Amino acid sequence: MKELKFDTLVIGGGSAGMAAALEVSKRGFSVAVVERENSMGGILNQCIHNGFGLHHFNEELSGPAYAEKFIDMVESSNIKVFLDMTVMDMEETGDMKYVYGMSGKTGMIKFCVKTVIFANGCRERNRGSIGTPGTRPSGVFTAGLAQRLVNMEGYIPGKECVIVGSGDIGLIMARRMTWVGAKVKAVIEIQPYPAGLTRNIVQCLNDFNIPLYLSHVVGDIHGKDRVESIDVIPLKNGVEQKDKSFNIICDSLLLAVGLVPDNELAQKIGISINPETNGPIVDRQLMTGKNGIFACGNVLHVHDLVDFVTEESERCGKYAADYMDGKTFSDQYRTVPGQNIKYLVPNFYSPHRDNKFYLRTMIVKNRAELIVSVNGKEIFSKKLKHIQPSEMISFSILEDTVGAEIISECRNNTLEVKIV
Amino acid sequence: MKKDMICISCPMGCRISAEWGKENIITVTGNKCQRGDVYGKEEILSPRRVVTATLNINSSWLGRLPVMTTGTLPKEFIDSLLNKIYKFDLDVPIVRNDIIIKNISNTGIDLIATRSVRT
Ligand SMILES: Cc1cc2nc3c(=O)[nH]c(=O)nc-3n(C[C@H](O)[C@H](O)[C@H](O)COP(=O)(O)OP(=O)(O)OC[C@H]3O[C@@H](n4cnc5c(N)ncnc54)[C@H](O)[C@@H]3O)c2cc1C
Ligand code: SF4
Repeated sequence: MKELKFDTLVIGGGSAGMAAALEVSKRGFSVAVVERENSMGGILNQCIHNGFGLHHFNEELSGPAYAEKFIDMVESSNIKVFLDMTVMDMEETGDMKYVYGMSGKTGMIKFCVKTVIFANGCRERNRGSIGTPGTRPSGVFTAGLAQRLVNMEGYIPGKECVIVGSGDIGLIMARRMTWVGAKVKAVIEIQPYPAGLTRNIVQCLNDFNIPLYLSHVVGDIHGKDRVESIDVIPLKNGVEQKDKSFNIICDSLLLAVGLVPDNELAQKIGISINPETNGPIVDRQLMTGKNGIFACGNVLHVHDLVDFVTEESERCGKYAADYMDGKTFSDQYRTVPGQNIKYLVPNFYSPHRDNKFYLRTMIVKNRAELIVSVNGKEIFSKKLKHIQPSEMISFSILEDTVGAEIISECRNNTLEVKIV
Repeated sequence: MKKDMICISCPMGCRISAEWGKENIITVTGNKCQRGDVYGKEEILSPRRVVTATLNINSSWLGRLPVMTTGTLPKEFIDSLLNKIYKFDLDVPIVRNDIIIKNISNTGIDLIATRSVRT
Protein backbone atom coordinates (compact mmCIF):
# COMPACT_ATOMS: atom_id res chain seq x y z
CA MET A 1 0.00 0.00 0.00
CA LYS A 2 1.25 3.46 -0.92
CA GLU A 3 2.05 5.71 2.08
CA LEU A 4 2.03 9.51 1.99
CA LYS A 5 3.03 11.97 4.72
CA PHE A 6 1.30 15.30 5.33
CA ASP A 7 0.85 17.55 8.35
CA THR A 8 -2.93 17.68 7.93
CA LEU A 9 -5.54 15.61 6.16
CA VAL A 10 -8.95 17.13 5.45
CA ILE A 11 -11.80 14.70 4.86
CA GLY A 12 -14.19 16.25 2.32
CA GLY A 13 -13.63 19.04 -0.20
CA GLY A 14 -16.89 20.98 0.24
CA SER A 15 -17.03 24.58 1.41
CA ALA A 16 -15.91 23.53 4.91
CA GLY A 17 -12.97 21.40 3.78
CA MET A 18 -11.66 24.00 1.35
CA ALA A 19 -11.82 26.89 3.84
CA ALA A 20 -10.11 24.86 6.58
CA ALA A 21 -7.41 23.51 4.25
CA LEU A 22 -6.57 27.01 2.98
CA GLU A 23 -6.00 28.33 6.50
CA VAL A 24 -3.76 25.41 7.49
CA SER A 25 -1.78 25.81 4.28
CA LYS A 26 -1.35 29.57 4.82
CA ARG A 27 0.51 28.76 8.04
CA GLY A 28 3.09 26.73 6.13
CA PHE A 29 1.86 23.21 6.89
CA SER A 30 1.42 20.55 4.21
CA VAL A 31 -2.24 19.66 3.58
CA ALA A 32 -4.08 16.95 1.68
CA VAL A 33 -7.80 17.11 0.89
CA VAL A 34 -9.57 13.85 0.11
CA GLU A 35 -12.84 14.24 -1.80
CA ARG A 36 -15.15 11.41 -2.82
CA GLU A 37 -16.64 13.17 -5.87
CA ASN A 38 -14.96 14.13 -9.13
CA SER A 39 -14.79 17.82 -8.19
CA MET A 40 -14.61 19.90 -5.03
CA GLY A 41 -17.51 22.04 -3.84
CA GLY A 42 -19.69 19.44 -2.15
CA ILE A 43 -23.37 20.21 -1.82
CA LEU A 44 -22.86 23.68 -3.35
CA ASN A 45 -22.47 22.13 -6.80
CA GLN A 46 -26.13 21.16 -6.86
CA CYS A 47 -27.46 24.38 -5.27
CA ILE A 48 -27.70 26.34 -8.51
CA HIS A 49 -30.01 29.04 -7.09
CA ASN A 50 -28.70 32.46 -6.10
CA GLY A 51 -28.37 33.51 -2.47
CA PHE A 52 -24.84 32.45 -1.58
CA GLY A 53 -22.00 34.64 -0.45
CA LEU A 54 -23.95 37.74 0.61
CA HIS A 55 -21.90 37.91 3.82
CA HIS A 56 -18.57 36.50 2.71
CA PHE A 57 -18.12 37.96 -0.78
CA ASN A 58 -20.74 40.71 -0.57
CA GLU A 59 -22.28 39.54 -3.83
CA GLU A 60 -25.14 37.26 -4.64
CA LEU A 61 -23.72 34.07 -6.13
CA SER A 62 -25.05 30.66 -7.11
CA GLY A 63 -23.74 27.70 -5.10
CA PRO A 64 -21.35 26.52 -7.85
CA ALA A 65 -20.00 30.06 -8.25
CA TYR A 66 -19.32 30.32 -4.51
CA ALA A 67 -17.56 26.96 -4.65
CA GLU A 68 -15.51 27.94 -7.68
CA LYS A 69 -14.05 30.98 -5.92
CA PHE A 70 -12.68 28.62 -3.28
CA ILE A 71 -11.62 25.94 -5.78
CA ASP A 72 -9.54 28.59 -7.58
CA MET A 73 -7.83 29.51 -4.29
CA VAL A 74 -7.14 25.86 -3.45
CA GLU A 75 -5.75 25.19 -6.90
CA SER A 76 -3.33 28.09 -6.67
CA SER A 77 -2.10 26.99 -3.21
CA ASN A 78 0.20 24.12 -2.22
CA ILE A 79 -2.72 21.97 -1.09
CA LYS A 80 -2.74 18.49 -2.60
CA VAL A 81 -6.23 17.37 -3.62
CA PHE A 82 -7.22 13.74 -4.09
CA LEU A 83 -10.47 13.55 -6.07
CA ASP A 84 -12.60 10.44 -6.59
CA MET A 85 -11.22 9.11 -3.34
CA THR A 86 -13.23 8.02 -0.30
CA VAL A 87 -11.89 7.93 3.23
CA MET A 88 -12.67 4.42 4.43
CA ASP A 89 -10.95 4.06 7.76
CA MET A 90 -8.71 5.70 10.28
CA GLU A 91 -6.55 4.74 13.26
CA GLU A 92 -4.13 6.46 15.65
CA THR A 93 -0.98 5.63 17.56
CA GLY A 94 0.40 8.27 19.87
CA ASP A 95 0.35 11.60 18.10
CA MET A 96 0.18 10.12 14.59
CA LYS A 97 -3.00 9.47 12.67
CA TYR A 98 -3.34 7.05 9.78
CA VAL A 99 -6.14 7.67 7.33
CA TYR A 100 -7.01 5.20 4.57
CA GLY A 101 -8.33 6.61 1.31
CA MET A 102 -9.65 4.37 -1.47
CA SER A 103 -9.90 5.32 -5.12
CA GLY A 104 -10.54 3.33 -8.28
CA LYS A 105 -7.49 4.88 -9.92
CA THR A 106 -4.85 4.60 -7.21
CA GLY A 107 -6.18 1.86 -4.97
CA MET A 108 -5.75 2.31 -1.23
CA ILE A 109 -3.48 5.09 0.04
CA LYS A 110 -2.35 5.36 3.66
CA PHE A 111 -2.00 8.99 4.79
CA CYS A 112 0.27 9.50 7.82
CA VAL A 113 -0.64 12.85 9.40
CA LYS A 114 -0.49 14.89 12.62
CA THR A 115 -3.97 16.39 12.40
CA VAL A 116 -7.24 15.36 10.76
CA ILE A 117 -10.10 17.73 9.99
CA PHE A 118 -13.51 16.17 9.51
CA ALA A 119 -15.35 18.24 6.87
CA ASN A 120 -17.43 15.50 5.31
CA GLY A 121 -20.82 17.18 5.54
CA CYS A 122 -24.19 15.69 6.31
CA ARG A 123 -26.66 13.28 4.79
CA GLU A 124 -30.41 13.53 4.29
CA ARG A 125 -32.95 11.94 6.52
CA ASN A 126 -34.85 9.47 4.41
CA ARG A 127 -38.23 7.86 4.56
CA GLY A 128 -37.10 5.29 7.11
CA SER A 129 -36.15 7.97 9.57
CA ILE A 130 -39.54 9.70 9.41
CA GLY A 131 -41.63 6.52 9.33
CA THR A 132 -44.13 7.37 6.59
CA PRO A 133 -46.52 4.44 6.22
CA GLY A 134 -47.82 2.94 2.97
CA THR A 135 -46.45 0.78 0.17
CA ARG A 136 -42.93 1.18 -1.19
CA PRO A 137 -43.41 2.13 -4.84
CA SER A 138 -40.76 4.00 -6.82
CA GLY A 139 -41.06 7.77 -7.10
CA VAL A 140 -40.05 8.58 -3.53
CA PHE A 141 -36.86 10.68 -3.46
CA THR A 142 -35.06 12.73 -0.87
CA ALA A 143 -35.15 16.36 -1.99
CA GLY A 144 -31.36 16.66 -2.10
CA LEU A 145 -31.09 13.64 -4.37
CA ALA A 146 -33.82 15.06 -6.60
CA GLN A 147 -31.93 18.37 -6.67
CA ARG A 148 -28.79 16.59 -7.76
CA LEU A 149 -30.61 14.61 -10.45
CA VAL A 150 -32.30 17.69 -11.92
CA ASN A 151 -29.45 20.16 -11.60
CA MET A 152 -26.41 18.06 -12.38
CA GLU A 153 -27.64 15.13 -14.39
CA GLY A 154 -30.65 16.59 -16.15
CA TYR A 155 -33.02 13.85 -14.99
CA ILE A 156 -36.50 14.91 -13.90
CA PRO A 157 -37.86 12.69 -11.13
CA GLY A 158 -41.58 13.20 -11.80
CA LYS A 159 -44.31 15.18 -13.55
CA GLU A 160 -46.66 15.75 -10.62
CA CYS A 161 -45.03 15.93 -7.26
CA VAL A 162 -45.71 16.61 -3.62
CA ILE A 163 -42.97 17.90 -1.33
CA VAL A 164 -42.81 16.88 2.31
CA GLY A 165 -41.11 19.47 4.52
CA SER A 166 -41.05 23.26 4.16
CA GLY A 167 -37.38 23.88 4.90
CA ASP A 168 -35.40 25.84 2.34
CA ILE A 169 -34.41 22.73 0.42
CA GLY A 170 -38.06 21.72 0.01
CA LEU A 171 -39.07 25.23 -1.03
CA ILE A 172 -36.20 25.69 -3.50
CA MET A 173 -37.08 22.33 -5.06
CA ALA A 174 -40.73 23.39 -5.43
CA ARG A 175 -39.65 26.26 -7.68
CA ARG A 176 -37.04 24.19 -9.46
CA MET A 177 -39.50 21.41 -10.30
CA THR A 178 -42.02 24.01 -11.54
CA TRP A 179 -39.37 25.64 -13.73
CA VAL A 180 -38.48 22.30 -15.35
CA GLY A 181 -42.13 21.80 -16.24
CA ALA A 182 -43.39 19.58 -13.42
CA LYS A 183 -46.51 20.41 -11.43
CA VAL A 184 -45.91 20.78 -7.71
CA LYS A 185 -49.25 20.02 -6.12
CA ALA A 186 -48.51 20.74 -2.49
CA VAL A 187 -45.92 21.22 0.21
CA ILE A 188 -46.77 19.41 3.45
CA GLU A 189 -45.35 20.61 6.78
CA ILE A 190 -45.90 18.90 10.13
CA GLN A 191 -45.20 22.08 12.16
CA PRO A 192 -47.70 24.93 12.45
CA TYR A 193 -45.17 27.33 10.87
CA PRO A 194 -42.98 27.07 7.75
CA ALA A 195 -39.42 25.90 8.37
CA GLY A 196 -37.76 27.89 5.61
CA LEU A 197 -37.02 31.56 5.04
CA THR A 198 -40.04 33.77 4.31
CA ARG A 199 -38.42 35.00 1.10
CA ASN A 200 -38.46 31.42 -0.16
CA ILE A 201 -42.16 31.02 0.70
CA VAL A 202 -42.80 34.11 -1.44
CA GLN A 203 -40.60 33.36 -4.43
CA CYS A 204 -40.85 29.55 -4.49
CA LEU A 205 -44.46 28.87 -3.45
CA ASN A 206 -46.63 32.01 -3.68
CA ASP A 207 -45.25 32.93 -7.12
CA PHE A 208 -46.60 29.64 -8.47
CA ASN A 209 -49.71 29.31 -6.27
CA ILE A 210 -48.37 26.15 -4.67
CA PRO A 211 -50.43 25.35 -1.55
CA LEU A 212 -48.56 24.95 1.75
CA TYR A 213 -50.34 22.68 4.24
CA LEU A 214 -49.09 23.54 7.72
CA SER A 215 -49.82 21.11 10.59
CA HIS A 216 -50.37 18.27 8.12
CA VAL A 217 -48.67 14.89 7.70
CA VAL A 218 -48.48 12.29 4.95
CA GLY A 219 -50.60 9.23 5.67
CA ASP A 220 -50.58 6.34 3.22
CA ILE A 221 -48.63 6.38 -0.02
CA HIS A 222 -50.63 4.56 -2.74
CA GLY A 223 -49.36 2.87 -5.90
CA LYS A 224 -47.89 -0.51 -6.70
CA ASP A 225 -44.83 0.08 -8.89
CA ARG A 226 -44.93 3.87 -8.96
CA VAL A 227 -46.47 6.42 -6.60
CA GLU A 228 -50.05 7.14 -7.71
CA SER A 229 -51.39 9.24 -4.88
CA ILE A 230 -50.89 10.10 -1.22
CA ASP A 231 -53.18 10.71 1.73
CA VAL A 232 -52.70 13.90 3.69
CA ILE A 233 -53.89 14.14 7.28
CA PRO A 234 -54.43 17.41 9.18
CA LEU A 235 -53.20 17.67 12.77
CA LYS A 236 -55.07 19.33 15.59
CA ASN A 237 -53.04 19.91 18.74
CA GLY A 238 -50.66 17.28 17.45
CA VAL A 239 -53.40 14.66 16.98
CA GLU A 240 -54.16 13.23 13.52
CA GLN A 241 -57.67 14.12 12.29
CA LYS A 242 -58.07 10.97 10.17
CA ASP A 243 -61.71 11.81 9.29
CA LYS A 244 -60.52 15.02 7.63
CA SER A 245 -57.82 13.37 5.53
CA PHE A 246 -57.72 13.96 1.78
CA ASN A 247 -56.00 12.45 -1.24
CA ILE A 248 -53.59 14.10 -3.70
CA ILE A 249 -52.81 12.46 -7.04
CA CYS A 250 -49.10 12.57 -7.80
CA ASP A 251 -46.34 10.42 -9.31
CA SER A 252 -43.52 11.48 -7.03
CA LEU A 253 -42.84 12.49 -3.47
CA LEU A 254 -39.82 14.58 -2.50
CA LEU A 255 -38.78 14.27 1.13
CA ALA A 256 -37.14 17.38 2.55
CA VAL A 257 -37.27 16.22 6.13
CA GLY A 258 -33.91 17.31 7.41
CA LEU A 259 -30.20 16.68 7.40
CA VAL A 260 -27.98 14.79 9.83
CA PRO A 261 -24.19 15.13 10.20
CA ASP A 262 -22.42 12.12 8.75
CA ASN A 263 -20.41 10.82 11.69
CA GLU A 264 -20.05 7.11 11.11
CA LEU A 265 -16.28 7.29 10.77
CA ALA A 266 -15.85 9.57 13.78
CA GLN A 267 -17.93 7.25 15.94
CA LYS A 268 -16.02 4.24 14.75
CA ILE A 269 -12.80 5.62 16.19
CA GLY A 270 -14.49 6.49 19.46
CA ILE A 271 -15.19 10.22 19.12
CA SER A 272 -18.09 11.26 21.38
CA ILE A 273 -21.13 12.70 19.68
CA ASN A 274 -23.46 15.43 20.95
CA PRO A 275 -26.97 13.93 20.72
CA GLU A 276 -28.47 17.39 20.08
CA THR A 277 -26.40 18.13 16.97
CA ASN A 278 -25.40 14.59 15.97
CA GLY A 279 -21.96 16.10 15.45
CA PRO A 280 -18.84 15.55 17.57
CA ILE A 281 -18.47 17.22 20.96
CA VAL A 282 -15.78 19.86 20.44
CA ASP A 283 -13.75 22.21 22.57
CA ARG A 284 -13.20 25.95 22.01
CA GLN A 285 -10.79 25.10 19.19
CA LEU A 286 -13.29 22.82 17.46
CA MET A 287 -11.15 19.85 18.46
CA THR A 288 -13.05 16.64 19.14
CA GLY A 289 -12.47 14.46 22.19
CA LYS A 290 -9.40 13.06 20.41
CA ASN A 291 -6.26 15.20 20.30
CA GLY A 292 -5.45 16.49 16.82
CA ILE A 293 -8.84 15.60 15.32
CA PHE A 294 -11.04 18.57 14.43
CA ALA A 295 -14.47 19.05 12.84
CA CYS A 296 -16.22 21.89 10.98
CA GLY A 297 -19.12 22.60 8.66
CA ASN A 298 -22.15 20.38 8.34
CA VAL A 299 -20.45 17.39 9.93
CA LEU A 300 -20.21 19.41 13.16
CA HIS A 301 -23.77 20.81 13.04
CA VAL A 302 -26.11 21.45 10.13
CA HIS A 303 -25.77 25.00 8.80
CA ASP A 304 -28.25 26.84 6.61
CA LEU A 305 -25.88 29.53 5.37
CA VAL A 306 -22.65 28.68 3.61
CA ASP A 307 -21.10 31.94 4.83
CA PHE A 308 -21.26 30.57 8.39
CA VAL A 309 -19.70 27.31 7.23
CA THR A 310 -16.81 29.27 5.75
CA GLU A 311 -16.34 31.38 8.90
CA GLU A 312 -16.36 28.36 11.19
CA SER A 313 -14.08 26.31 8.95
CA GLU A 314 -11.50 29.05 8.53
CA ARG A 315 -11.29 29.22 12.30
CA CYS A 316 -11.03 25.44 12.46
CA GLY A 317 -8.08 25.53 10.07
CA LYS A 318 -6.37 28.17 12.23
CA TYR A 319 -6.96 26.10 15.38
CA ALA A 320 -5.50 22.99 13.75
CA ALA A 321 -2.41 25.02 12.81
CA ASP A 322 -2.24 26.40 16.38
CA TYR A 323 -2.33 22.86 17.68
CA MET A 324 0.61 21.87 15.48
CA ASP A 325 2.45 24.98 16.69
CA GLY A 326 1.98 23.68 20.22
CA LYS A 327 -0.69 26.23 21.16
CA THR A 328 -3.39 24.43 23.08
CA PHE A 329 -5.27 25.72 26.04
CA SER A 330 -6.16 23.72 29.09
CA ASP A 331 -8.14 26.50 30.79
CA GLN A 332 -11.42 25.40 29.26
CA TYR A 333 -14.80 24.93 30.92
CA ARG A 334 -18.09 23.49 29.74
CA THR A 335 -20.87 25.33 27.97
CA VAL A 336 -24.49 24.24 28.38
CA PRO A 337 -27.68 25.07 26.50
CA GLY A 338 -30.23 26.62 28.87
CA GLN A 339 -33.87 27.62 28.48
CA ASN A 340 -35.21 27.52 24.89
CA ILE A 341 -31.88 26.47 23.39
CA LYS A 342 -31.78 23.35 21.26
CA TYR A 343 -28.01 23.21 20.99
CA LEU A 344 -24.87 25.22 21.48
CA VAL A 345 -21.51 24.76 19.69
CA PRO A 346 -18.73 24.50 20.90
CA ASN A 347 -19.12 22.53 24.12
CA PHE A 348 -16.24 24.29 25.90
CA TYR A 349 -15.04 27.88 26.26
CA SER A 350 -12.01 29.64 27.59
CA PRO A 351 -12.42 32.79 29.73
CA HIS A 352 -9.04 34.07 28.56
CA ARG A 353 -9.63 33.93 24.81
CA ASP A 354 -12.22 35.00 22.28
CA ASN A 355 -15.02 32.47 21.91
CA LYS A 356 -17.44 32.25 19.01
CA PHE A 357 -20.71 30.38 19.44
CA TYR A 358 -23.39 29.05 17.14
CA LEU A 359 -26.75 27.94 18.48
CA ARG A 360 -30.28 27.08 17.54
CA THR A 361 -33.37 27.94 19.50
CA MET A 362 -36.47 25.78 19.94
CA ILE A 363 -38.97 28.63 19.76
CA VAL A 364 -40.43 31.20 17.37
CA LYS A 365 -40.51 34.69 18.87
CA ASN A 366 -40.28 38.37 18.02
CA ARG A 367 -38.08 40.52 20.27
CA ALA A 368 -36.21 37.94 22.28
CA GLU A 369 -33.15 38.27 24.46
CA LEU A 370 -30.12 36.03 24.62
CA ILE A 371 -28.52 35.86 28.06
CA VAL A 372 -25.16 34.32 28.91
CA SER A 373 -24.13 33.57 32.48
CA VAL A 374 -21.24 31.92 34.29
CA ASN A 375 -21.65 30.54 37.82
CA GLY A 376 -25.11 32.11 37.83
CA LYS A 377 -23.82 35.64 37.07
CA GLU A 378 -24.96 37.34 33.85
CA ILE A 379 -21.95 38.33 31.75
CA PHE A 380 -23.46 39.17 28.38
CA SER A 381 -26.82 39.76 26.72
CA LYS A 382 -28.00 40.52 23.24
CA LYS A 383 -31.37 41.58 21.83
CA LEU A 384 -32.71 39.51 18.93
CA LYS A 385 -35.38 40.91 16.62
CA HIS A 386 -36.84 37.62 15.48
CA ILE A 387 -35.86 34.04 16.24
CA GLN A 388 -36.98 30.69 14.84
CA PRO A 389 -35.54 27.16 14.95
CA SER A 390 -34.51 27.19 11.29
CA GLU A 391 -32.30 30.26 11.62
CA MET A 392 -28.97 29.77 13.32
CA ILE A 393 -27.90 32.42 15.86
CA SER A 394 -24.30 33.40 16.56
CA PHE A 395 -22.56 35.51 19.17
CA SER A 396 -19.08 36.00 20.63
CA ILE A 397 -17.73 36.19 24.14
CA LEU A 398 -14.51 38.12 23.91
CA GLU A 399 -11.35 37.59 25.90
CA ASP A 400 -11.74 38.60 29.56
CA THR A 401 -15.51 39.26 29.37
CA VAL A 402 -15.74 36.62 32.05
CA GLY A 403 -13.90 38.51 34.77
CA ALA A 404 -11.40 36.85 37.07
CA GLU A 405 -13.75 37.48 40.01
CA ILE A 406 -16.39 35.21 38.44
CA ILE A 407 -14.17 32.23 37.72
CA SER A 408 -13.65 30.26 40.88
CA GLU A 409 -11.64 27.15 41.58
CA CYS A 410 -14.39 25.69 43.70
CA ARG A 411 -17.14 26.19 41.09
CA ASN A 412 -17.55 24.39 37.77
CA ASN A 413 -17.45 27.72 35.83
CA THR A 414 -19.98 26.41 33.32
CA LEU A 415 -21.20 28.95 30.79
CA GLU A 416 -24.95 28.80 30.30
CA VAL A 417 -26.87 30.38 27.43
CA LYS A 418 -30.60 30.95 27.45
CA ILE A 419 -33.14 32.82 25.38
CA VAL A 420 -36.13 34.58 26.93
CA MET B 1 -54.57 51.30 -2.33
CA LYS B 2 -52.21 49.41 -0.11
CA LYS B 3 -50.41 46.12 -0.44
CA ASP B 4 -48.44 44.33 2.30
CA MET B 5 -45.63 42.12 1.16
CA ILE B 6 -42.30 40.62 2.05
CA CYS B 7 -39.15 41.96 0.44
CA ILE B 8 -37.25 39.06 -1.10
CA SER B 9 -34.15 41.01 -2.08
CA CYS B 10 -32.14 39.56 0.79
CA PRO B 11 -32.60 36.92 3.51
CA MET B 12 -33.73 39.57 6.06
CA GLY B 13 -37.19 39.33 4.53
CA CYS B 14 -38.53 42.71 5.75
CA ARG B 15 -42.28 43.12 5.95
CA ILE B 16 -42.99 46.12 3.74
CA SER B 17 -46.10 47.99 2.57
CA ALA B 18 -46.64 49.78 -0.71
CA GLU B 19 -49.28 52.51 -0.88
CA TRP B 20 -50.47 54.45 -3.88
CA GLY B 21 -53.23 56.88 -4.81
CA LYS B 22 -54.73 58.11 -8.08
CA GLU B 23 -51.48 59.60 -9.36
CA ASN B 24 -49.82 56.21 -9.17
CA ILE B 25 -47.10 57.53 -6.91
CA ILE B 26 -46.03 54.59 -4.81
CA THR B 27 -44.57 54.97 -1.33
CA VAL B 28 -42.93 52.03 0.37
CA THR B 29 -42.61 51.71 4.14
CA GLY B 30 -41.07 49.11 6.46
CA ASN B 31 -38.02 48.53 4.26
CA LYS B 32 -34.65 48.54 5.99
CA CYS B 33 -32.73 49.57 2.91
CA GLN B 34 -33.05 51.12 -0.52
CA ARG B 35 -33.37 47.76 -2.27
CA GLY B 36 -36.64 47.23 -0.41
CA ASP B 37 -37.99 50.49 -1.84
CA VAL B 38 -37.13 49.40 -5.37
CA TYR B 39 -38.59 45.94 -4.78
CA GLY B 40 -41.87 47.30 -3.39
CA LYS B 41 -42.39 49.61 -6.35
CA GLU B 42 -41.49 46.98 -8.93
CA GLU B 43 -43.71 44.42 -7.29
CA ILE B 44 -46.70 46.73 -7.95
CA LEU B 45 -45.71 47.93 -11.43
CA SER B 46 -43.96 44.91 -12.93
CA PRO B 47 -42.73 42.10 -10.67
CA ARG B 48 -39.23 40.83 -11.45
CA ARG B 49 -37.26 37.75 -10.44
CA VAL B 50 -33.76 36.34 -10.77
CA VAL B 51 -33.86 33.13 -12.81
CA THR B 52 -31.51 30.20 -12.21
CA ALA B 53 -31.56 26.95 -14.19
CA THR B 54 -29.25 24.43 -15.81
CA LEU B 55 -28.72 23.50 -19.46
CA ASN B 56 -27.16 20.67 -21.44
CA ILE B 57 -23.43 20.67 -22.08
CA ASN B 58 -21.11 18.27 -23.87
CA SER B 59 -18.74 17.72 -20.99
CA SER B 60 -16.86 14.55 -20.19
CA TRP B 61 -17.96 14.56 -16.56
CA LEU B 62 -20.80 16.99 -15.89
CA GLY B 63 -24.30 16.74 -17.37
CA ARG B 64 -25.63 20.25 -16.84
CA LEU B 65 -24.25 23.76 -16.68
CA PRO B 66 -25.72 26.10 -14.02
CA VAL B 67 -26.82 29.48 -15.38
CA MET B 68 -28.29 32.65 -13.84
CA THR B 69 -29.63 36.00 -15.02
CA THR B 70 -27.39 38.99 -14.29
CA GLY B 71 -30.29 40.77 -12.61
CA THR B 72 -34.02 40.47 -12.08
CA LEU B 73 -36.14 39.80 -15.15
CA PRO B 74 -39.78 40.88 -15.56
CA LYS B 75 -41.87 37.82 -14.72
CA GLU B 76 -43.58 37.71 -18.13
CA PHE B 77 -40.27 36.86 -19.82
CA ILE B 78 -39.41 33.93 -17.55
CA ASP B 79 -41.26 31.15 -19.39
CA SER B 80 -39.83 32.00 -22.80
CA LEU B 81 -36.36 32.25 -21.27
CA LEU B 82 -36.71 28.80 -19.67
CA ASN B 83 -37.84 27.34 -22.99
CA LYS B 84 -34.75 28.73 -24.68
CA ILE B 85 -32.49 27.46 -21.91
CA TYR B 86 -33.79 23.91 -22.17
CA LYS B 87 -33.07 23.79 -25.93
CA PHE B 88 -29.37 24.54 -25.50
CA ASP B 89 -26.60 22.04 -26.07
CA LEU B 90 -23.34 23.84 -25.38
CA ASP B 91 -19.79 22.76 -26.08
CA VAL B 92 -17.07 23.05 -23.44
CA PRO B 93 -14.84 24.77 -22.40
CA ILE B 94 -17.00 27.28 -20.59
CA VAL B 95 -15.71 29.88 -18.16
CA ARG B 96 -17.74 31.22 -15.26
CA ASN B 97 -19.52 34.47 -16.19
CA ASP B 98 -19.48 33.60 -19.92
CA ILE B 99 -22.56 35.14 -21.50
CA ILE B 100 -24.92 32.43 -22.77
CA ILE B 101 -27.80 34.69 -23.90
CA LYS B 102 -27.22 38.39 -24.38
CA ASN B 103 -29.91 41.01 -23.69
CA ILE B 104 -32.81 38.66 -22.92
CA SER B 105 -36.00 39.96 -24.66
CA ASN B 106 -34.37 43.41 -24.88
CA THR B 107 -34.33 43.83 -21.12
CA GLY B 108 -30.62 44.53 -20.90
CA ILE B 109 -30.27 41.45 -18.71
CA ASP B 110 -27.94 38.61 -19.75
CA LEU B 111 -27.87 34.93 -18.91
CA ILE B 112 -24.44 33.82 -17.67
CA ALA B 113 -22.72 30.57 -16.71
CA THR B 114 -22.16 30.31 -12.96
CA ARG B 115 -19.51 27.60 -13.18
CA SER B 116 -16.48 26.86 -15.36
CA VAL B 117 -16.33 23.52 -17.13
CA ARG B 118 -13.01 22.89 -18.82
CA THR B 119 -13.41 19.43 -20.29
C1 LIG C 1 -29.94 21.58 -0.55
C2 LIG C 1 -29.24 22.68 0.19
C3 LIG C 1 -29.53 24.04 -0.11
C4 LIG C 1 -28.82 25.07 0.50
N1 LIG C 1 -29.10 26.39 0.17
C5 LIG C 1 -28.33 27.39 0.70
C6 LIG C 1 -28.50 28.78 0.32
O1 LIG C 1 -29.41 29.11 -0.45
N2 LIG C 1 -27.65 29.71 0.82
C7 LIG C 1 -26.64 29.37 1.66
O2 LIG C 1 -25.85 30.23 2.06
N3 LIG C 1 -26.48 28.09 2.07
C8 LIG C 1 -27.29 27.09 1.63
N4 LIG C 1 -27.10 25.78 2.04
C9 LIG C 1 -26.15 25.52 3.13
C10 LIG C 1 -24.67 25.39 2.73
O3 LIG C 1 -24.49 25.48 1.37
C11 LIG C 1 -24.11 24.07 3.21
O4 LIG C 1 -24.41 23.96 4.55
C12 LIG C 1 -22.58 24.01 3.03
O5 LIG C 1 -22.22 24.17 1.69
C13 LIG C 1 -22.05 22.69 3.58
O6 LIG C 1 -20.67 22.59 3.42
P1 LIG C 1 -19.83 21.36 3.98
O7 LIG C 1 -18.49 21.49 3.36
O8 LIG C 1 -19.94 21.29 5.44
O9 LIG C 1 -20.56 20.04 3.44
P2 LIG C 1 -20.65 19.44 1.96
O10 LIG C 1 -20.80 20.49 0.96
O11 LIG C 1 -21.67 18.37 2.03
O12 LIG C 1 -19.21 18.79 1.74
C14 LIG C 1 -18.82 17.54 2.26
C15 LIG C 1 -17.91 16.88 1.26
O13 LIG C 1 -17.33 15.72 1.84
C16 LIG C 1 -17.30 14.69 0.88
N5 LIG C 1 -17.23 13.43 1.61
C17 LIG C 1 -18.16 12.90 2.45
N6 LIG C 1 -17.74 11.73 2.98
C18 LIG C 1 -16.49 11.52 2.46
C19 LIG C 1 -15.52 10.47 2.64
N7 LIG C 1 -15.72 9.43 3.45
N8 LIG C 1 -14.37 10.57 1.95
C20 LIG C 1 -14.12 11.64 1.11
N9 LIG C 1 -14.99 12.65 0.95
C21 LIG C 1 -16.17 12.59 1.61
C22 LIG C 1 -18.56 14.90 0.08
O14 LIG C 1 -18.47 14.31 -1.20
C23 LIG C 1 -18.65 16.43 0.01
O15 LIG C 1 -18.02 16.95 -1.13
C24 LIG C 1 -27.83 24.74 1.45
C25 LIG C 1 -27.58 23.40 1.79
C26 LIG C 1 -28.27 22.39 1.18
C27 LIG C 1 -27.97 20.95 1.59
S1 SF4 D 1 -35.62 45.94 2.57
FE1 SF4 D 1 -33.40 45.68 2.37
S2 SF4 D 1 -32.85 44.61 4.26
FE2 SF4 D 1 -35.05 44.38 4.06
S3 SF4 D 1 -35.31 42.42 2.97
FE3 SF4 D 1 -35.30 44.04 1.42
S4 SF4 D 1 -33.17 44.11 0.77
FE4 SF4 D 1 -33.18 43.02 2.70
